[in-house]
Amino acid sequence: MTGRHAMGSSPNGDKLPAGEPLLSARDVVQEFVVRERGGTKAGVVQAVSGISFDVMQGETLGVVGETGSGKSTLARAILQAPRPKSGSVVFRGADLTKLSGSRLLQARRHMQFVFQDPFGSLDPKWQVRSIVEEPLVAYRTSNRAGRRKRVDELLDLVGLDPARYAKRHPRELSGGQAQRVAIARALALSPSLIICDEAVSSLDVLIQAQVLNLFEKLRGELGLSYLFIAHDLALVKQVSDRVAVMYLGKLCEVGPGESVYREPLHPYTRALLDSIPSTEPGARRASATIKGEPPSPINPPSGCRFRTRCPRATDKCALEEPMPKEMAPGHLVACHFPLSEPAPVGAASASADTTTGAPIRSVLARGTTPGAPVRGRPPEPP
Amino acid sequence: MSQSLLEVEDLRVGFAVGGRELRAVDGITFSVNPGNTLAIIGESGSGKTVSCRAIMGLLPAGTSINGSARLRGSELIGLSDSELRRYRGSDMAMVFQDPARSLNPTMKIGVQITEAITTHRKVGKAEAQTQAVELLRLVRIPAAERRFHEYPHQLSGGMRQRVMIAMALACRPKLLIADEATTALDVTTQVQIMELLLELQSELEMALILISHDLGLAASYADEVIVMYAGKIVEQAPAAALFGRGGSVRMRYTRALLDAIPHMERAAHSALPVVGGRPPDMTALPVGCSFAPRCGSAADDCLAKAPALTEHAPGHKWACWHPCENGVHP
Repeated sequence: MTGRHAMGSSPNGDKLPAGEPLLSARDVVQEFVVRERGGTKAGVVQAVSGISFDVMQGETLGVVGETGSGKSTLARAILQAPRPKSGSVVFRGADLTKLSGSRLLQARRHMQFVFQDPFGSLDPKWQVRSIVEEPLVAYRTSNRAGRRKRVDELLDLVGLDPARYAKRHPRELSGGQAQRVAIARALALSPSLIICDEAVSSLDVLIQAQVLNLFEKLRGELGLSYLFIAHDLALVKQVSDRVAVMYLGKLCEVGPGESVYREPLHPYTRALLDSIPSTEPGARRASATIKGEPPSPINPPSGCRFRTRCPRATDKCALEEPMPKEMAPGHLVACHFPLSEPAPVGAASASADTTTGAPIRSVLARGTTPGAPVRGRPPEPP
Repeated sequence: MSQSLLEVEDLRVGFAVGGRELRAVDGITFSVNPGNTLAIIGESGSGKTVSCRAIMGLLPAGTSINGSARLRGSELIGLSDSELRRYRGSDMAMVFQDPARSLNPTMKIGVQITEAITTHRKVGKAEAQTQAVELLRLVRIPAAERRFHEYPHQLSGGMRQRVMIAMALACRPKLLIADEATTALDVTTQVQIMELLLELQSELEMALILISHDLGLAASYADEVIVMYAGKIVEQAPAAALFGRGGSVRMRYTRALLDAIPHMERAAHSALPVVGGRPPDMTALPVGCSFAPRCGSAADDCLAKAPALTEHAPGHKWACWHPCENGVHP
């Protein structure tokens, strides 16, 4: 997380200097004031607290986190909707936080969004054709005939036959088809970055696999970069080059997907991995590896924000905020006692420590194998 | 068979849609033993929720329900709403996917749980309130007395689901149906809720039906698994016969479901094995196997005649003319 900034080049510049990230966020902070009845200030939700990351050209960065971790707020802060409270978002060489009006619009056209609920993000009264055409009209890209041709191309690209689907309304589509329309719309202006916010989370598993494959196909064909946000670690790893794990507005771990999975360094990442239901019966059940729920972002814990649920937390974690440190090439962790090191003396609850292999187990009637908690193992190929 | 808690036989549920009959559930048979966990797995529209709602008597009037569902020997299908009320709550209860929408946002949770108790049992208000606090403790809600006086919006999603479970347990049911009860929750919360359900199951000796789209959940928590497609059971077996070493999935639809789950061992950017298309139109089902149009191994006989659900190995039933070979993934 070095402080590379690239300022000054035009937002429409098509060429990025080699090695320059496509998107570079630095110390992004987003806060919301909560008011009580009558308008008195009740507190400040610290939704995103100083997050920095880069997305390179052609790269997919996955962001995982629980509800309330601030991952969607982060995505919106990048889009400047609403603008982050502080920090910079440099996209294709221009700092979006310093642009406004038409210059912001122009800079942002290369960054598109795909949301979770396709039916909520498509106008129910519009035909598929008009939905996909809208960005082309808004940015006045070409005449009517040109737009029409482009819409047909786009629908073809996402696997929908224009002759069959162009005249339909969203209600005449299945969830998977509607999400394809939303993707076609996002592709209309040939963006270089697509931000997917839980884009496949509401789809059935077979349809989800189809849409994930579509994302991969488009990545190859169009050279797209993705910021892929989801709560499902396995799903994120499937599509990502690098994975970032968020907890309560902060990044706790960033690294190549493979090493985050094989050698998680943050206790929270380990807990997420252990929570994935497995189709491997040998270790039939993951015991709840972390207890309780995330604390309120209005009054987050001092020091490390995960310490209140962390089995390895010590006094140091309450006093000092851990800074990101690079433990392996490209693999950063914000933890005083990363899992690559032995558990600290005086940890909060060594018995619940997932790494020592003896999680607290409540009375379970049926024969489960105690001991090593489940890692996100794959289904056994029979 | 007399020891089964719930016996469902040839259950059929049909809705009239635009003059045509939509067979949402087409002749399913299964049983649940006391203290056991059954997982019913399927995609949206496969009939998994409808079949359980039919058993609970929660479908709209005018739905045609045929077949039999016996709870401890007494027939449920065909009972009037007031007759069914004797069973609901006390013998069987249901927890739904979205706790935010199942709870009344304008009522304190304590009042809602108290109401669930007084509706089904003749107890005084004070006694019911004491029991409600007990229930909140039972579902491991910290500071139960304080939470009793809170509104649903003051609770997190996981806590709300615990409240829903508390209400479902108000009359100590013998059967609890959890309809996608953890789907809307985060993975870490999902594990906590599943553990809670299993602990309560052994404490209260309940049978549990898990309705889900997630085969991983079934593999991790269920004793018996049913896979539904287009209103029919296509595979039915003990979990151990399906997953892991010594287990094998035979029906090709189950195989496809299993393969489509993204998992950590798969290399990034690798293509997921997919089946094309989508579930069939339930008002115009194909003559043959309903999965045949999407199945990579479908042959002429699959299109001509639907395979019946047959017990091919002890306890393991599947409906497929060309099942996956044991240990071989074609």
